[in-house]
Amino acid sequence: MIWRYILKRIIWMIPFMFAVSVVAFLLIQAPPGDYLTTYIAKLGESNELLDQASIDNLRARFGLDQPLYVQYFKWVANLLQGDFGMSFEWRQPVSDLVWERMGLTLCLSFATLLFTWAVAFPIGVYSAVHKYSIGDYIATTIGFIGLATPNFLLALILMYIGVVHFGTDVGGLFSPEYQNAPWSAAKVWNLIEHLWLPVIVLGTSATASLIRIMRANLLDELNKPYVDTARAKGLSEFALIMKYPVRVALNPFISTIGWVLPNLVSGAVVTAIVLSLPTAGPLMLQALLSQDMYLAGAFVLLLSSLTVIGMLISDILLVLLDPRVRYE
Amino acid sequence: MATDMQPILQIQDLNLGFSMRQGVFDVLHGISFDLHRGKTTCVVGESGSGKSVTARTILNMVPPPGKINGGRILFNPDGTEIDLTALDPRGPAIRQIRGGRIAMIFQEPMSSLSPVHTIGSQIIEAIRLHRDVSKKEARDLAIEVLKQVEIPNPDKAVDRYAFEFSGGMRQRAMIAMALSCRPDVLIADEPTTALDVTTQAEILDLMKNLQTELGMAIMFITHDMGVVAEIADEVVVMEKGHVVEQGDIHQIFEAPQHPYTQKLLNAVRRLEEPAAAKVRPAGDSGNILRVENLQLRFEKKEGFFQRVTDVTKAVDGVSFDLKQGEALGIVGESGSGKTTVGRCIARVYDPNAGVIDYAGRDLIAANKNQLRDTRKQIRMIFQDPFASLNPRMTVKQIIAEPLIVNGIAKGQELEDRVAKLLTEVGLDPGMMERYPHAFSGGQRQRIVVARAIALEPRLVIADEPTSALDVSIRTQVLDLLLKLQAEMGLSFIFISHDMAVIRYFCDRVAVMYRGKIVEIGETEEIITNPQHPYTKALLSSVPIPDPKLRGTRQRHRYVTET
Repeated sequence: MIWRYILKRIIWMIPFMFAVSVVAFLLIQAPPGDYLTTYIAKLGESNELLDQASIDNLRARFGLDQPLYVQYFKWVANLLQGDFGMSFEWRQPVSDLVWERMGLTLCLSFATLLFTWAVAFPIGVYSAVHKYSIGDYIATTIGFIGLATPNFLLALILMYIGVVHFGTDVGGLFSPEYQNAPWSAAKVWNLIEHLWLPVIVLGTSATASLIRIMRANLLDELNKPYVDTARAKGLSEFALIMKYPVRVALNPFISTIGWVLPNLVSGAVVTAIVLSLPTAGPLMLQALLSQDMYLAGAFVLLLSSLTVIGMLISDILLVLLDPRVRYE
Repeated sequence: MATDMQPILQIQDLNLGFSMRQGVFDVLHGISFDLHRGKTTCVVGESGSGKSVTARTILNMVPPPGKINGGRILFNPDGTEIDLTALDPRGPAIRQIRGGRIAMIFQEPMSSLSPVHTIGSQIIEAIRLHRDVSKKEARDLAIEVLKQVEIPNPDKAVDRYAFEFSGGMRQRAMIAMALSCRPDVLIADEPTTALDVTTQAEILDLMKNLQTELGMAIMFITHDMGVVAEIADEVVVMEKGHVVEQGDIHQIFEAPQHPYTQKLLNAVRRLEEPAAAKVRPAGDSGNILRVENLQLRFEKKEGFFQRVTDVTKAVDGVSFDLKQGEALGIVGESGSGKTTVGRCIARVYDPNAGVIDYAGRDLIAANKNQLRDTRKQIRMIFQDPFASLNPRMTVKQIIAEPLIVNGIAKGQELEDRVAKLLTEVGLDPGMMERYPHAFSGGQRQRIVVARAIALEPRLVIADEPTSALDVSIRTQVLDLLLKLQAEMGLSFIFISHDMAVIRYFCDRVAVMYRGKIVEIGETEEIITNPQHPYTKALLSSVPIPDPKLRGTRQRHRYVTET
């Protein structure tokens, strides 16, 4: 039953990914011109002019003279062999540029997700069970402030406090000496030391909204008759709340796995720039600005697949958690 | 009698208050009664009388902001008295008693079981809370107790979820859970109110059998005097937080002392016969509605190509006529298709085949404009007056809506119409600016009726209009409908699972079973001389509000030969 469901969902991903690749490609082509026009304009700014012959030459070399669908199929054919193409701007294979950034993005997303859950879950449960208590009011107030504060502003404030009061450099994900060093245990430790700040900055608003969601959901569930049934059985208050209403109220938590990735990438570009994080966001933004189509395409595609995979994971967890989903 | 025996549970002068902003508001005013081993004590009263609060207080599960502010509840299972009210409501002492010595079952079998845990895991949990057994042993015990409540295939049922069961099966599972630790006292809070009469009869039988077998005391909360007559040994009548009368079942039914008890009994007894004030349709009046071979299938579609994997024939070739000014009852248990027939006639659903001939127009073939026209003349009344009124609209807005939508009245004229409608259904026009939550269940149903008759319809389809109401209010609403029928010459299609209500209200009745009409005819004829075995089975399940006739009837469930 459950395996059939998972298999079905994975098969469904194939046409979906195909559609995503088309959309990604079209999106990148959507702005007028191509990489060469941007390139020529840039050269023009520094008074270097290219003659038409060399422009045509370049165009042919990049394959930009071919019709769109040919470009698309070439791209997809190479993708299937694991070749993401060359970045025009960096003159490097796209895969070299993308993987480390994607890895760090994933790592940061995952840490943020864990942080969000670890903070939001107990506070959400507490403020629902102790509705209108002092603790609930405090959690609610902090939650609303967290919800209302723009991430980049929080980043600036925390950086200011970090530099002025603790004298530490809080930007980036590594100290300068590890920036270009090969991976080692010390570098991983260094990463962990730097991770907390972006995690807090990126996780605060999600935490705040999850607290509110958990509280509202649990409040609905707490008055359901099955809670009374459990209480009449002789369960202790803590055990019964954790086992019954919390379990039912948990669904939105699971759903967050699906949206945390796109959220981090698209919503966190400004924060990533402020904190100079070597994540996918800033590089993708730049690639889109300069119409570096293979680089941008790779990012869009990878992020979409990660989102699809995240959705799949959350759907599978939902099915495991809530038998009612299984039978629909 | 058993009064010389030591009661197992004594409620003494119990007082309970809800602390509100304005101060403490008492909901139980010094009530006292006893429960005895092996006896069933019925606590009767209408909604708001404090029955359920009393039940929860026994387990020290007072819903906030309630607070016990007087009296004691003495529990005496084995010679040592425990005052339940003195225990810490979250402490281990009361938790040992909850589920272990005193178990409880609730009204809504739909929502009283966790939707995300299997039936078995919930029963096993109860067992392991109170008995020192391994998981394996607890599972075997759970299967055993499921077998005891007559759930088929208990070793499979133990791994099923509540939503895979029918209402009756869920209530059996609830009972199994409550009985799994062999409690001394079982508190049942309206355990059959949400069930069909046939299922109700089975659950009542089951509880009686289990009581003889296990010898426990049962406190049975209900508002239905018919059920009381079926199972009670002792009766406690509650009104507005007071015990107004208590005593032996025969004494209560034969010589009720308190006017409230008499009122409750009269309300059920009046439903034992057709209403006196009924206006029969004139013999020569023509048909307003003719339904012929009506069919509706629900198809379950699955997979990529939406293949039809399962077909339910909800309505399977239904035909009947309805005369001008006549009330036709449609009776049957849940899932029989009675509601679907009503909705097909109102064209909420699109039937697959058949003819619905309303005053010479076929509603199935009718186009949108024609339907809009007939919808003014065919109105519906729904079961749940709490759910069928928009809580964010005032009563005036609710009743005025059909008038505005159809461009019939506006301004002062509209206000006058609404006021007139409210007077007609027995409500004060001065209340039209209030919201539905300010009204009781019976009053809300009157608002629903006012909305239904606002457009002066000719045919009203009433879908279980009284099922959610207390018995005494039930007759009031029925009398209101009878009055309107006489004044406006309305025709009714009256859908109900309650034979008593049908008998009171309807001229003719159609008995439905699995999408088909198995029997149709004059109401009195069908009730006194049923032909079809299903009708006989249905009638045999209706509780009779007379304890002397208890056990005189052979009760059976109808099973088709398929």
